[in-house]
Amino acid sequence: MLLRHTPKEVTERSALVINPAKTCQPIGAMYAALGIHGCLPHSHGSQGCCAYHRSALTKHYKEPVSAATSSFTEGASVFGGQANLLQAIDNIFTVYEPEVIAVHTTCLSETIGDDIKQIRDKADKQGSIPKGKHVIYCNTPSYVGSHVTGFSNMVKGMTEVSESTGKKNGKVNVIPGWVEPSDMEELKRLAALMNVPITLFPDTSGILNGPLSGEFKMFPEGGVTMKELKEAGDAIGTLALGEWCSADAARNLDAKCKVPCRVLDMPFGLKATDRFVDSLRTIAGTSVPEEITRERGQLVDMISDTHQYYYHKKVALFGDPDQLISMVEFLVSIDMWPVHVVTGTPGAKFEKRIKELTAHLPFEVNVKAAGDMFLLHQWIKNEPVDLLIGNTYGKYIARDEDIPFLRWGFPILDRVGHQYFPTVGYKGGLRLLEKILGLILDRKDRDDSESVFELTL
Amino acid sequence: MTNTAKAIGAEKAPIFEERKDQIHRIGEGDFAMACNRDSLAGAVSQRACVFCGSRVVLYPIADALHLVHGPIGCAAYTWDIRGALSSGPELHRLSFSTDLQELDVVFGGEKKLAKALDELIVRHEPKAAFVYSTCIVGLIGDDLAAVCKAASARHGIPVIPVQSEGFKGNKREGYLAACKAMRTLVGTGDVSSISPLSVNIMGDFNLAGETWIIKDYLTRMGIEVVAGITGDGRVDDLRRAHGASLNLVQCSGATQDLAKMMRDDYGIPFVRVSWIGIEDVAESLYDVAEHFELTRPELAAGLVDRTAALVREELSTLMPRLAELRRDLEGKKAAVYVGGSFKAFSLVKAFRHLGMEVVIVGSQTGTEEDYRELAAICAPGTIVVDDANPLELSAFIKEKDVDIFVGGVKERPIAFKLGVGFCDHNHERKIALEGFVGMLNFAKEVHASVMSPIWRFVPRRETGRNVSDASTATGAEATGAEV
Repeated sequence: MLLRHTPKEVTERSALVINPAKTCQPIGAMYAALGIHGCLPHSHGSQGCCAYHRSALTKHYKEPVSAATSSFTEGASVFGGQANLLQAIDNIFTVYEPEVIAVHTTCLSETIGDDIKQIRDKADKQGSIPKGKHVIYCNTPSYVGSHVTGFSNMVKGMTEVSESTGKKNGKVNVIPGWVEPSDMEELKRLAALMNVPITLFPDTSGILNGPLSGEFKMFPEGGVTMKELKEAGDAIGTLALGEWCSADAARNLDAKCKVPCRVLDMPFGLKATDRFVDSLRTIAGTSVPEEITRERGQLVDMISDTHQYYYHKKVALFGDPDQLISMVEFLVSIDMWPVHVVTGTPGAKFEKRIKELTAHLPFEVNVKAAGDMFLLHQWIKNEPVDLLIGNTYGKYIARDEDIPFLRWGFPILDRVGHQYFPTVGYKGGLRLLEKILGLILDRKDRDDSESVFELTL
Repeated sequence: MTNTAKAIGAEKAPIFEERKDQIHRIGEGDFAMACNRDSLAGAVSQRACVFCGSRVVLYPIADALHLVHGPIGCAAYTWDIRGALSSGPELHRLSFSTDLQELDVVFGGEKKLAKALDELIVRHEPKAAFVYSTCIVGLIGDDLAAVCKAASARHGIPVIPVQSEGFKGNKREGYLAACKAMRTLVGTGDVSSISPLSVNIMGDFNLAGETWIIKDYLTRMGIEVVAGITGDGRVDDLRRAHGASLNLVQCSGATQDLAKMMRDDYGIPFVRVSWIGIEDVAESLYDVAEHFELTRPELAAGLVDRTAALVREELSTLMPRLAELRRDLEGKKAAVYVGGSFKAFSLVKAFRHLGMEVVIVGSQTGTEEDYRELAAICAPGTIVVDDANPLELSAFIKEKDVDIFVGGVKERPIAFKLGVGFCDHNHERKIALEGFVGMLNFAKEVHASVMSPIWRFVPRRETGRNVSDASTATGAEATGAEV
């Protein structure tokens, strides 16, 4: 029992996180930045931060992840990191030749108080930023929020380059939030089916799920271009998927460039996908094609075929707020009971939303923002569940408590597939259902006695 | 096809002007390497920080509490960070963090730390606690030592500050901080029952059970192992570690500082060993035997003979099986880029037993002396590199047309993208690569990856074969389909 140290009794903790359900801001900023074409993310801090983030992303995607670091030393920590960042910008454009450098900060540079904008402007004045190339940035203090906050901050940073020419270009901005490259591909496919020209940002498809080419490309094909980001200011509207991941960027575009925005839940599951498709339709003034209607029908069909197996099955979930909100809604819509929900990311709104989504259920859901896996495990010990959903770190609980476990979220360190198979949209809903059903039935087959062991679903 | 063919040619890496003296091609000019130098700002370095160094060294001490004092990331990324196996407690596999918030950064995190320690020590009753300092703690000036001292007094266990602020340098400084922390434990236990023929296994972390393999050899020789430092580590073992007569130190940096401290504090000599590769394992075991034969001849009768018998026995199983694998691997080329340079030495020799040549060799933290010695045992033309970045590694791999890359997690996908095999010889290895059995495991892993049919589908290498072999002048798809 790896987690033999977890007692059943829940006590109040204020000074301590055990087995976190979050990590720090900069990795979110790094992931977002990878969704820009030709972008080298840059970590303004110690070498370790950058190494950890690259390792974590590499383990999740099984792809090379390049990012540079200001390589802080004791001197930089005393006198500020300006010299390091200036030198870094110069070096990076000289040797790696990216289109854009996306700088994010760390707890170290934030506490020292480095002013990134001022340093960037200085680099520009010095001529370190070649013509036509860019340096964008965001602040990502590790002691505020979580990795989700960092992602959101970098996406907002992208909208800082957007400009309004006063003439709308007919495109719709879609801000997908922290979803997989496969999900981003799926969102583009749906928009194309609906004949809606979109700018998706960030867009890591092609970058973190690329083919084996025999070549190492530091900047693979794919990603939103700086030109597209600039033109995002002329879009007819913005759909921001996920309050935590995407809303800040959308609102910034609205304030800066008067691009009206709508903040939606991430399109996981039937209802959230319905809302996404409908919003896209209304903003662009198109109609929903037969193909999408058919996909929706297939998802409803599969739910009806298998609904008896989901009935009142208890689920524990952990992960990031935007994903969990849509997943809870989906689970409720197929008659499953999300009984424990934990995110490491702070935010009272999260708890409120989950409570609203589960208000009609005959029990009160355990929900916690700024929680951890230790608490989740304690809850599960007190009220066991039939299914656990979350990132790879759930495997300890799943093993100790012998619970079927759906890997979903970030990071997934021990399985593959998330790079290639989306879970957004109706198709993604089918995949989620297939996985959930498989887990439930595998468990049933494992536990059934010989006499009731069944051949047919 | 011409484009692809061109890519195989001697395309050189774009190299920072400042990094030119960290790369050496054997045979081209006099040997000179500038090392142990801070990475260049803006470099895509494969290196990590001080905290990382301390954390990986102390992590395997399984019955200690490891509390990371800092924002959540430092704890999150080092949760269950390496497969350092424990034969008993698993407390080290949990992640504990004070999760510093903005207010803590403004007003200090000392109270929070004290509170966290109180709660954890009461609940888990660890034998000792290590408290890791992170960048931010160094900056806001929390008095880690004072908080630890007070907690130690309250709870009656050693609570040890690890001064591992990330920005103080690279992993090397972290190793030193870890050694300083361990030094406070050494010398506090009862050593009365320890045999004079005894050692500590240092610089081995029991990845995939490797410490157990080495311990088994030593036990068969009649040598008592007092402490694994830190493989399958225990607080009480560390407390008694000064009772050992000899320290066996593997890994260039990780625990050598502690060995030096123990030499100065207790007069315990140390020898540098390597448990990787046939010669190095045998030589290390003989070194131990000869040491005791020299220093304690009255107790060491037959020790060298027993060692020889052990080596013979192990080799008699190993060599025939190695020969089988070698048949396929003969003439293949390897690149080695590892954390510490000691491993690079052993790997160069280990590859020779497979009939393979190491054509690129480098590390994150080697010293000039290390590289000089490496250059001496490698063939002319071999590229020796310190603190490389992905572009350089990629260009070198293509230039030398290697068949397998030995490295860590960040290098794995680079190798795969280029369509060459890979062997993880770092934290995430899943099979034991030390000892004689480790050599066989290593050979199997190299064989599995180098000989994988998948590489026949890689455009770059497939075309390369076509270019060199005019008789198979087929297109990419056609050769791919041959499989």
